[in-house]
Amino acid sequence: MRGASAILRPLITIAVLVGIWAAVARYAAIPAYLLPSPESVATALWHNRLVLLQNAGTTLAETLSGLGIGTVLGALIALLIVFSPVAERWLMPLILLSQAVPVFALAPLLVLWFGFGMASKVVMSVLIIFFPITAAFSGGLRRVDRGWLDLARTMGASPLSMLRHVRLMGALPAFGSGLLVATAIAPIGAVVGEWVGASAGLGYVMLNANARIETDLMFAALIVLAAMTMLLWALVDWVLHRILFWAPDTTRSA
Amino acid sequence: MDVASPGLAIDGLGLRHGARVIFRDLSMSIDGGTFVVLLGASGVGKSSLLKIVAGLSRPSQGTVRATDGKPLAGRIAYMGQQDLLYPWLNVIENVMLGARLRGQRRDRDRASYLLGRVGLAERAQALPSELSGGMRQRAAIARTLYEDRPFVLMDEPFSALDTFTRAQVQDLAAELLVGKTALLITHDPLEACRLGHHLVLLSGAPATLSAPITVRGTTPRPADDPDLLHTQGHLMRLLTEAHES
Repeated sequence: MRGASAILRPLITIAVLVGIWAAVARYAAIPAYLLPSPESVATALWHNRLVLLQNAGTTLAETLSGLGIGTVLGALIALLIVFSPVAERWLMPLILLSQAVPVFALAPLLVLWFGFGMASKVVMSVLIIFFPITAAFSGGLRRVDRGWLDLARTMGASPLSMLRHVRLMGALPAFGSGLLVATAIAPIGAVVGEWVGASAGLGYVMLNANARIETDLMFAALIVLAAMTMLLWALVDWVLHRILFWAPDTTRSA
Repeated sequence: MDVASPGLAIDGLGLRHGARVIFRDLSMSIDGGTFVVLLGASGVGKSSLLKIVAGLSRPSQGTVRATDGKPLAGRIAYMGQQDLLYPWLNVIENVMLGARLRGQRRDRDRASYLLGRVGLAERAQALPSELSGGMRQRAAIARTLYEDRPFVLMDEPFSALDTFTRAQVQDLAAELLVGKTALLITHDPLEACRLGHHLVLLSGAPATLSAPITVRGTTPRPADDPDLLHTQGHLMRLLTEAHES
């Protein structure tokens, strides 16, 4: 029952949005090259299905690589700055600088340095992804209950055991929040990179479609990108729920 | 083994935070196998004292040692103000927490037996978040017993429980900690009188210790025991006076 409505609800939302879109496209006298109708986008989606799938594969590979590397890097940086005040003092300005400079501004430079292939897109994704992971995970590591640590010390736990069994476990919910944010924004780096210079990917498809005023294809690529991101997010959310089964959601009654 | 629990000697203990002296020159001795309750108002320095004894913080001066001359480290079981159950481990894994943290083999049979003693045999697989406050505190007692240490230090472990649950858990603690050298701190005179062989008051700024007060009868004393009522009234007066001065 709950499962069915969980699938039904987004479908209703999408149906309503598409309905409004169809009505506006038909009656608002907007030219098709500005706002294509849902039917023409669906047709573009079907006709270009192989091209879109292939390019979505490229974007997905870039996104997943960025997410994997960014998550590991973000977690390592969090551990480093939490346990070494020296590292924190030296790294923090650098970390903030990496976020203060918009990745959009860095994109041309990164493509110049790392080439038109996947590498520059992965680097851009990592730049975007590592930060929410580092911020959330370091906060979680710092806020672990002092009582848990005191208890572990009286039980004769080694520092490594306290890190493994207490701090890491205690910081896991915060890490999960960071990972969800990172997953939602993960494709940004890949798509921006593809805009600036690439020979494949959904961003590349959109840029070309834009140049040829194939607005329906742009929409089709956007839909594929959005669907991909939402599926990825749902997957990460599901995995996190399985891992964090013990963290009670206090907004829901037991 | 329990019978041979060594005693505890606190000698000339002092603690200062910056310029503020929390206490200085505190000395007391606890005989092996006795249950001593340290009573005092909130903020007087009870928890600080217990953390020093537990080896969790360092005193500015003074020493804490076991009367058998061996080091205290590794022989203390600690119960905090909260149950401190790890929410990601189920009840039985929480009971065996010490073994997990030290990388030792976990003795599931012993943990099950202890859970039976505290009346939680049925809830061994439950998560702490699924238990009531009283059950959680009973699980914490089982975890303390699993450690099987000669010294047990308790920092107001029952203060968050309602009156009736508190009385039940106190009974259980008194029964199961027989033979251990126990130091419990509390601000509740009734709890002190029910559980303690000897009671000591910590009061004033800088805080000082009173002479030990001995309550007659075996623990846990019933709440309507005449000796208990008498001592409780006496303590209440001492604490109120100390609080006003």
